[in-house]
Amino acid sequence: MEFIKPGLKIDFVGKMKYAIIFSVILTIISIASVIIHGGLNLGIDFAGGSIIQVKFQKDMSADKIREALKSTSLENSVIQQFGINEFLIRTSESFHDQKLLTENLETPLTTAFNKDYEIRRVEVVGSKVGMDFQRKAIFAVILSWLAMLFYIAWRFEFRYGLGGIIALVHDVVIIIGTISLLKMEFTINILAAIFFIIGYSINDTIVVLDRIRENVKLNPRQKLADTINLSINQTLSRTILTSFTVFLTVIALYIWGGPVIHDLAFSLLVGVVFGTYSSVFISCPIVLFFENMQLSKVKRKK
Amino acid sequence: MFKSLKIRISITAVVCLAALYFLIPTFITQIPSPWNEYLPKEKIHLGLDLQGGMHLVLEIDTEKALESMMERTANDLKESMMENKVRFRKVERTKGATISLELTDSAGRATLDKLLHDHYPDLEIASSTVREGGQIINLKINDKRAIDLKKLTVEHSLETIRNRVDQFGIAEPEIVPEGDNRIMIQLPGIKDPERAKNLIGKTALLEFKIVDDEHSLEDALRGNIPEGDIIAYGLRADRSTGQRGSVPYLLKNKALLTGASLETAKVQISDRFSEPNVSIKFNSQGATDFDRITAENVRRRLAIVLDGVVHSAPVIQERISGGQAQITGNFTMDEARDLAIVLRAGALPAPVNILEERTVGPSLGGDSIRQGIMATIIGSLLVIFFMMFYYRLSGTVADLALIINIVLVLGTLAAFKGTLTLPGIAGLLLTVGMAVDANVLIFERIREELRTGKTIRLSLDTGYKRAFITIIDTHVTGIVSAIFLIIFGTGPIKGFAVTLIIGLLASLFTAVFVTRIIFDYFTLNFNIKKLSI
Repeated sequence: MEFIKPGLKIDFVGKMKYAIIFSVILTIISIASVIIHGGLNLGIDFAGGSIIQVKFQKDMSADKIREALKSTSLENSVIQQFGINEFLIRTSESFHDQKLLTENLETPLTTAFNKDYEIRRVEVVGSKVGMDFQRKAIFAVILSWLAMLFYIAWRFEFRYGLGGIIALVHDVVIIIGTISLLKMEFTINILAAIFFIIGYSINDTIVVLDRIRENVKLNPRQKLADTINLSINQTLSRTILTSFTVFLTVIALYIWGGPVIHDLAFSLLVGVVFGTYSSVFISCPIVLFFENMQLSKVKRKK
Repeated sequence: MFKSLKIRISITAVVCLAALYFLIPTFITQIPSPWNEYLPKEKIHLGLDLQGGMHLVLEIDTEKALESMMERTANDLKESMMENKVRFRKVERTKGATISLELTDSAGRATLDKLLHDHYPDLEIASSTVREGGQIINLKINDKRAIDLKKLTVEHSLETIRNRVDQFGIAEPEIVPEGDNRIMIQLPGIKDPERAKNLIGKTALLEFKIVDDEHSLEDALRGNIPEGDIIAYGLRADRSTGQRGSVPYLLKNKALLTGASLETAKVQISDRFSEPNVSIKFNSQGATDFDRITAENVRRRLAIVLDGVVHSAPVIQERISGGQAQITGNFTMDEARDLAIVLRAGALPAPVNILEERTVGPSLGGDSIRQGIMATIIGSLLVIFFMMFYYRLSGTVADLALIINIVLVLGTLAAFKGTLTLPGIAGLLLTVGMAVDANVLIFERIREELRTGKTIRLSLDTGYKRAFITIIDTHVTGIVSAIFLIIFGTGPIKGFAVTLIIGLLASLFTAVFVTRIIFDYFTLNFNIKKLSI
């Protein structure tokens, strides 16, 4: 069967203007959201602090837990539902000492709900480690962008590389913006998703760029805009199919993968959608833009 | 590459069988005895997030080790200066790891220089100022030596912690250095995280010090501490109420004997209260010293100090030969057992701080495995059905490659003792989505070629050849981004990157090499008129 009939001619290049406006707006919203919220809501891996995962045997609500933890140092902690009768308690304090944990959590919980609960996970990260991690993460993301830039520049041309990298930055900014808009915690899982999307999105871009290069060779006299259009149309079927299979697996992760990797699956969902979109609509116009710029330079020299 | 079908089929068979071979212990729990000699023993290693356990990152305070080394050096230097009749006002360790000393006449300077040169090669003069009636000299340790010392401290700490964990009896612990002064510890399946933390993080510096009964404790508590003395506190439990209070002691600062002189330590149950205590045995030098110390200090009290806390301060009734002693102090059985372990394993050369701690209970780990496997099965089936539906028989060929891919990833993990984590399972599922990409690229290309009216053989050839360049590029970039994640990430997240990389490499083999064999086999052996694609 075929989703996309051969010989399809959608004028992508003609619609790129709208795509660029759309992307610029999304990017601005993403950045604005991060700024308005005063930065990202960093998880303990980056900010330091503690998370404690508690599972109750009976029906429980975050409010009841908050009530029970009143007048302990966990009073102002973030309590969020994490599966059925399961909750995450998050605080910026480092609960390294078991005594602190017993005093502030176990004793009040036992008083309020008897022994009908189980502490299933405790993670404590010192703030110093968090800062280290933040720096390393930013460094690693930027390095991986550069690595992609150089790889494409080496395999193709520099302007192709630039198109690819701008699409990547666009994807990462939008994932971060979505996390920020939804007030989700920025965890190490989300960072992992970002790395995956960097690899994935550049993948899509390469397939299109590869076709552009091939078509340029086949028909060097054709206008680049037409070549780009032809190439996107030729690879459109593949782009949609691959995105669809990856999307299927990510959906499975999101629905059945359990709460621990829920944020990973969610950011992958966002990333797959925008990664596919950007390789068609963002990286190609940039290649075209650089081409036109070079052309006008040549003209001026004449 | 390899023209002969037979060779290609054999390669595939060998690779698949090898992967299955390494997976036998993971999927078959009971192997009949004549077989298990020839089979691998290792199951796929599960990460702490899947099997439960504790992950710790410790930082060794190497600065502290340097400071206490300088403290000892300052004391030695003081004695040497007195022996060599260098007149001085004071010698002390100042802030950081420096020694400040004040000479009262400049004639001493030459002797001091010679002394430093002959006996203290590690010290350097950082600055010296001539003042009326003498000079002030600041000494520091030379940089290279300081670095060596810090390195040694970390190595020694690592060794000590390994010893302690070994003696505690945890299966498959992982203890590795990280960066300059950090140690990463993974303890799978630990039941009592607090106890483990105490056992690992306790400095366990055992010292024997004489109680200063000549000076008044009250006076000292008011701030009037006699020269060479310190105040230390001891825990005392009230037997009737069970409450623990703290009691001050005035001690001579000089440690007469330390835990370094121990040969062994073990738990004993005392006869009187049937309470556990720790009985220690000194090594031969330690026994001689202990004999001498007790002989010199009969009727005085000897404080047993552990990490600055006085555990007991019994009166020395008589000279003790034989090198045996007991540490009492209201221990529970577990506390006594752990104390014996840390004393046997030795003291840490410097205090440690816990930087990071993650404990996952076994029930959460179990849930995660179930959910991870569930998602993987459903996700894979969705992709498999989709490919069959969209590409018919060719899709089924791609599905076969996909299944081989999953087997190869798991087999590689088992063979190279990689760790499977929850994000790792997610990575495996994502590879499933990505691996069919190669086949999609190839199939789409073949369809295009067929449309131009080429024969099946020619279309297959061109399709594979054209798509291959693109496939290499997409795989390389995917692997590069995952490598960045490995360099940066820790624990579970590393597992995500590792399965992604293995999966991408495997898909180069399965999606390109293996599927081609199947197509070639059928097109060469049967007269196929129409390709089901």
